Amino acid sequence: MKQFAYYPGCSLESLSVSYDQSALESAKALDIELKEIIDWNCCGATSYFHADELLAYTLVARNLAIAEMDGLDFVAPCSGCYKNAYFTNQYLKEDPDLADHINYALEADNLHLEGKLSVKHLIEVFIDDVGLESIKEKVNHPLKDLRVAAYYGCQLVRPRKDGENVEDPQFFEDLISAIGAENVNYGNKMRCCGGSLIMTNRAAALDMVYQLLLDADKNQTDVIATICPLCNVNLEAYQSQVNQEYKSKFKIPVMYFTQLLGLALGIEPDRLGIGKELVSARILKQFE
Amino acid sequence: MTEKVGVYICHCGTNIAKTVDVVDVATWAGEQPNVEIAREYKFMCSSLGQDLIEEDIKEKGLTRVVVASCSPHMHEKTFRTACERGGLNPFFFEMANIREHDSWTTDDKEAATQKAKALTFAAVERVIHHQPLEPIPVDINSNTLVVGGGIAGISAALELADAGYHVYLVEREPSIGGHMAQLDKTFPTLDCSACILTPKMVDVGQHPNITLLTYSEVEAVEGYLGTYTVTVRKKARYVDEEHCTGCGICIEKCPFKVIDNVFEAGLGERKVIYRPFPQSVPKYPVIDTENCVYFQRGKCKACQLFCPTEPNSIDFEQEDQIIQMEVGNIILATGYDLFDVGKIPQYGYGKLANVFTSLEFERMVNASGPTDGKIVMRDMETPPKSVAIVHCVGSRDENYHKYCSKVCCMYSLKFAHLVHERIPEAEVYNCYIDMRTPGKGYEEFYDRLLEEGTHFIRGKVAEITDVARIPQEEGKLVVQVADTLIGKQRRIPVDMVILSPAMEAKPDSREVSQLFKMGCDFDGFFVERHPKLDPVATMTEGIYVVGACQGPKDVPESVAQGAAAAARVASLISRGTVMMEPVRASINQEECSGCRICNNMCPYNAIIFHEDRQVSEVITALCQGCGTCVAACPSGIITGAHFTNDQLFSQIEGILWDVRTESELVPGD
Repeated sequence: MKQFAYYPGCSLESLSVSYDQSALESAKALDIELKEIIDWNCCGATSYFHADELLAYTLVARNLAIAEMDGLDFVAPCSGCYKNAYFTNQYLKEDPDLADHINYALEADNLHLEGKLSVKHLIEVFIDDVGLESIKEKVNHPLKDLRVAAYYGCQLVRPRKDGENVEDPQFFEDLISAIGAENVNYGNKMRCCGGSLIMTNRAAALDMVYQLLLDADKNQTDVIATICPLCNVNLEAYQSQVNQEYKSKFKIPVMYFTQLLGLALGIEPDRLGIGKELVSARILKQFE
Repeated sequence: MTEKVGVYICHCGTNIAKTVDVVDVATWAGEQPNVEIAREYKFMCSSLGQDLIEEDIKEKGLTRVVVASCSPHMHEKTFRTACERGGLNPFFFEMANIREHDSWTTDDKEAATQKAKALTFAAVERVIHHQPLEPIPVDINSNTLVVGGGIAGISAALELADAGYHVYLVEREPSIGGHMAQLDKTFPTLDCSACILTPKMVDVGQHPNITLLTYSEVEAVEGYLGTYTVTVRKKARYVDEEHCTGCGICIEKCPFKVIDNVFEAGLGERKVIYRPFPQSVPKYPVIDTENCVYFQRGKCKACQLFCPTEPNSIDFEQEDQIIQMEVGNIILATGYDLFDVGKIPQYGYGKLANVFTSLEFERMVNASGPTDGKIVMRDMETPPKSVAIVHCVGSRDENYHKYCSKVCCMYSLKFAHLVHERIPEAEVYNCYIDMRTPGKGYEEFYDRLLEEGTHFIRGKVAEITDVARIPQEEGKLVVQVADTLIGKQRRIPVDMVILSPAMEAKPDSREVSQLFKMGCDFDGFFVERHPKLDPVATMTEGIYVVGACQGPKDVPESVAQGAAAAARVASLISRGTVMMEPVRASINQEECSGCRICNNMCPYNAIIFHEDRQVSEVITALCQGCGTCVAACPSGIITGAHFTNDQLFSQIEGILWDVRTESELVPGD
């Protein structure tokens, strides 16, 4: 069983608990153990990095240091947590002075960050470590004819890390194909959902959510698949507000990719948190 | 053994004399061993100054001359020639730079004078060890090879051929003409490109002094300036050039069509046996064996069936021909390619049907192109009501090419004009960063476009998308651009987008440069000898680069460069023999141990290894005197003429004149 140091993040403990459930279940079904990091703290999300950069890095470094103790790679299911962890890890490797400074603070908790681990997003674990072929083999309830709009969101590939395709990646679509579903070809798949703007500038963020839903709807989408709790909340929980504001009639369910993956692997829907969504995912009943 | 050295300290007006006490230096120099006479003079490079040298050589029997003045880049040649006139071997001369290296670097008179003494004395010590080198004569073969039959190559070939010299013109495609043959109109006069090009092509085809080898490629190049041996592969056309009349019946009767990705830029089709375009020179068609049913499956043979000549001109058994030629000079005119706009996915090329590249659009507006000159969308039917033209796609961009491609602003304006002309009601938007119109008549052309009602938006296009946000954008291509002049983001819905891609070096330019033993720059363009003063020669003697293969440029510049290289070659041919600088390396073969370390170090591939005798040898004519092998040889048996160990060590000793504790013996003395 391959193990990873699992960092659920604050959202997965509350509003997005179904993401947490489905992640653990589908990982287990594919021989991956997501070992939750002990005593992890908040990653600082978007706001803390603007309030105090040094403390924000320290906050993230603490999580990385705890993960490092087990010698496992760090996995985050939320794009925001992932981005923070990835870049903190990178900057500390590039700047030994900063690393020393932060390690000095971590010592108060008997922690030290060497910089030996890698940081991955949960979807990378399924695509790289499990592999699409293995997934295809284990799928016993292919989501046949289900039109899924794979929504990457903006933070998964940006800022650029390695030379990966940031304009038109296909790996999420490949995963959707592997579980037997049909990919929706729509232009806005990499566009931002508004993120935290939904709290600070509701009108601007609602417009962004509206554009996304409009594009998905125009292309006959049954389900939107997400890889981040904030994207999911913006697209789902605010759908009714968007309908009010723009006089639209969207009723598109928004599910985490692990929920769809779990369904295709034959796991019971209530173990995947299906049935708890705000926009009903009735359409998935046929695959149970 | 004593020499009689004449030392001349130049004032250079006040340039040197203001800081260096030239009188003191001259007096001091006169007291040094081996110095027969030391003078100081206001301007050594003047004719009077040179006369001084000549007279002193004759009257005082000088055996060596040192001038302490400016940089050798300025006047080494002047003074060497003066020595020659005085009857002394020009290489018995040495120059000390007490201006750029001394008086111009400091205001401290004492330090400057001390340094001047050191530099002068170093020159004296060195020159004593100089050898009477003789320039090396090289015979120039009067044939010239021109590689590439675009406008630059054609220009070079015609200039030389008209001068009475024989030229081999080798072209990779079945016809000459290059990219210019694909264009419709040329800026700023809007001359029809084919109308001005084809007469030159015909001249080339008919010229008694030009041997035209099309559908051919250079495979190997041996030798050096004046005596190059080139191997060319003439690929099989499967058409017998001796008997083919160019009637074209074979092309008419060929039942199979394929998409023409070369000449028609993928927009049109051609037959499997084809000529690239109707005015092809030479007129002989070519069979595309990859798509030919006969070559793939042994069927058809319609071309052969209908060929009217006696004997039949279709020859399925034809083989590639290997041709060897002896030439004196080689002119490279291999041209350019366009940047692959698919590398910028935000612009949607390939995904969004109505996004076109400039070359596709050129073929479209061409009267003999796939749409007979009608501007239509990808459905080949509907004319667009609005067109956006995007400048700088891949140029001036840190992510792709930093350089400006020079011609795209002009042809983007040309496209705008053509749209206005053919679809008068259409709205045209040019999205640019800067408008670069430097040539003759170019700025006036821009004014004309302003008058024609083109919308100019100063901003780099961020994205081209078909995802509509408002009803007016439905079914259109939306160009998202920052309009920097009004300080706003704009989304402009249009029917068609034309991308103006960067001009790039051809993808195999590095391999080609190695074939000809010269270099490419970072962007893959061939490197000229000097960017300002020698743009057509290269660091390799006998090889020249002209046209877009040297860097992005338009037609008049390509023609000018072609003619310039031709003039350079013609001057060499008319002299018949050229004297090469004798500053070269030579290997003492008796002491060579055959380790071959020098072989791979030579940047000019000028060292060969004799397997029978197990020794290396420098090919003097190819050697550029860089000194790498001299330093690399572990046995120290390679001599760099005019830079021998004796000379260099003496020079160093001379510099250190005031800190030497005792008279040092120079190693090897």
